[in-house]
Amino acid sequence: MEARENLLVVDRLKTQFFTYGGVVEALDEVSFEIERGEIFGLVGESGCGKSVTATSILGLVAKPGKIVSGRVLLDGENLVGKSEQEMNRVRGSRIAMIFQDPTSSLNPLFRIGYQVAEPYIYHQRRAKRQALKDATGILAKTGLPDAVEKSRNYPHELSGGMRQRAMIAMSLTCEPDLLIADEPTTNLDVTIGRQILDLVKDLQREFGASVLWITHDMAVVAQMCDRVGVMYAGTIVEKTDVRTLFRNAKHPYTERLLRAIPSAVKSADKLEEIPGSVPQLIHPPTGCRFHPRCDHVMEICSRVKPLEQEVEPGHTVACHLFGREREGT
Amino acid sequence: MRIPGSMLFSSRYRLRQKRLHPITKEWGLTFYVLRHSMLAVVGGLIALAFLLIALFGSMLAPYDPISANIQDRFQPPSASHPLGTDTMGRDVMSRMLAGAQHSIKAGLIVLAIAVPLGVLLGGIAGLFGGWIDEVIMRVTDMFLAFPSLVLAMAFSAALGPSLFNAMIALSVVWWPMYARLVRGQALAVRETSYVEAARSRGASNWHIMFKHILPNCLSPILVTLTLDMGWVITAAASLSFLGFGAQPPIPEWGRMVSDGRIYMLRAWWMSVFPGLGIVLVVLGFNLLGDGIRDSLDPKLRRLTEVTWKREKTSSSSTD
Repeated sequence: MEARENLLVVDRLKTQFFTYGGVVEALDEVSFEIERGEIFGLVGESGCGKSVTATSILGLVAKPGKIVSGRVLLDGENLVGKSEQEMNRVRGSRIAMIFQDPTSSLNPLFRIGYQVAEPYIYHQRRAKRQALKDATGILAKTGLPDAVEKSRNYPHELSGGMRQRAMIAMSLTCEPDLLIADEPTTNLDVTIGRQILDLVKDLQREFGASVLWITHDMAVVAQMCDRVGVMYAGTIVEKTDVRTLFRNAKHPYTERLLRAIPSAVKSADKLEEIPGSVPQLIHPPTGCRFHPRCDHVMEICSRVKPLEQEVEPGHTVACHLFGREREGT
Repeated sequence: MRIPGSMLFSSRYRLRQKRLHPITKEWGLTFYVLRHSMLAVVGGLIALAFLLIALFGSMLAPYDPISANIQDRFQPPSASHPLGTDTMGRDVMSRMLAGAQHSIKAGLIVLAIAVPLGVLLGGIAGLFGGWIDEVIMRVTDMFLAFPSLVLAMAFSAALGPSLFNAMIALSVVWWPMYARLVRGQALAVRETSYVEAARSRGASNWHIMFKHILPNCLSPILVTLTLDMGWVITAAASLSFLGFGAQPPIPEWGRMVSDGRIYMLRAWWMSVFPGLGIVLVVLGFNLLGDGIRDSLDPKLRRLTEVTWKREKTSSSSTD
């Protein structure tokens, strides 16, 4: 495989929420990079910081949250610390986002066509009539049946799948370099979800954009992604290409996560689960955040935070099991 | 011989017609919904009658509403004086017709000042939050903590009694309610996913204010506005009743009620008719407000659109 340049580099990103209950360490030095034209998956349980990663990249972390340290480099340009106005030029035109719930992500008061056309009007300053026409065009591209008619409808008159198509059309209006998809198929039924997956993949190929695909669904990861980062409690524990993830996962958490996938072939009486639950991030476990639930816990795990180790080219794991192996050799 | 439409109108005209059609259709639907609510129609008619009286009342008045006519004082309602005469022998009906303009002026001016002010402050408070919100809302709380009429009395007393000063006083006490209304709506809208989505597409604060928050406030504002029209008229009348607003001999309805109250047992018509007038106007605007609220509900609209279309097609097929 040829080496491609990185579009987005997230470098030791640390986002914290300063609540009355204490400081929530939502992201703890998260690092990953997305190459141009690839689909990078971010998987993990609920509350592990996947969506916070997305909002941190866009600089939209809601108060009382704050990016404490780290860098987000888009084409080598650091987005952290940019002013609101500068960020507004990046958002929508270079990075776009598709949200989880297409129903509430559309303003109920405006017609679909107008909402899709808005980025044309405000980012590219096209005339309104031209923008509306272009919006209909892009809606048609997302496979919305009868786009001309539908663009005149209000959001509540469309089905969930149609609305998600409209959301995708909106995010594609200004041909972004990076598309962030935050679990866009969670609220759709399986058939429609599948169609949306295919659609994003097709459009990604057509527009040549990179995609950050956030999900908790391993099956979606297998279908969609080129490379995957596995998140646990605000840290990335393992990062590799999708084949290696399913064949040769190293981190104990990833292993357990893969074993928890329900299988149609193996008939188990009970689904395998990971004992315990995601830790509170106000007082996260010391050392490795996974150690209280880990099968292979060692003495060092509760003391020292494991660093990411490259176990093989393009496959990094943050676990002391592998650090020791390395020390031994 | 029939002239084909294409010869009557230029192609550009027809193109414009076609483009405007969705807008005119929406208006048609709004009126359809309004028409089909009996009470809204009644309210609308009352409000319309009131507006017409305000515009042309002084021309319609059969007698001079201001100059005294001592021989005719305390005349009970009769054919020549349908609503009787007052202490100075002035025709009550003529005075009411001429006085409507003062009430409507008070209502319009007070709302024209108070509503934009309140909407803007409330929107800013809700959208930006933080200390800006605190400052604006604490000021609002201070205003709302006083009974508004008492506060308005204090202001108009300080400014000196006149109808104009009463309007200013009412504007000053009226905006906090709109600030509250819009702030509440802004807080709710600010947290919605579509605002988050808009931000992710690079929308500025002002864009969110004008494209998301204000449109979402529009129908509650419009409804409150229509309902308030009646209340401002009452409040202006109350101030005049208490002697702070219109000064004699201006025929203001509240003032007329006040002037007549000492003769209540001898000449009841002096107070009762202007009072009834106020009641009727307030009622009219309230009913209209309710009707507007219903006709602006987008979901209700779509439901009625179906019947509307059906009716239209059936009526055009019978033509």
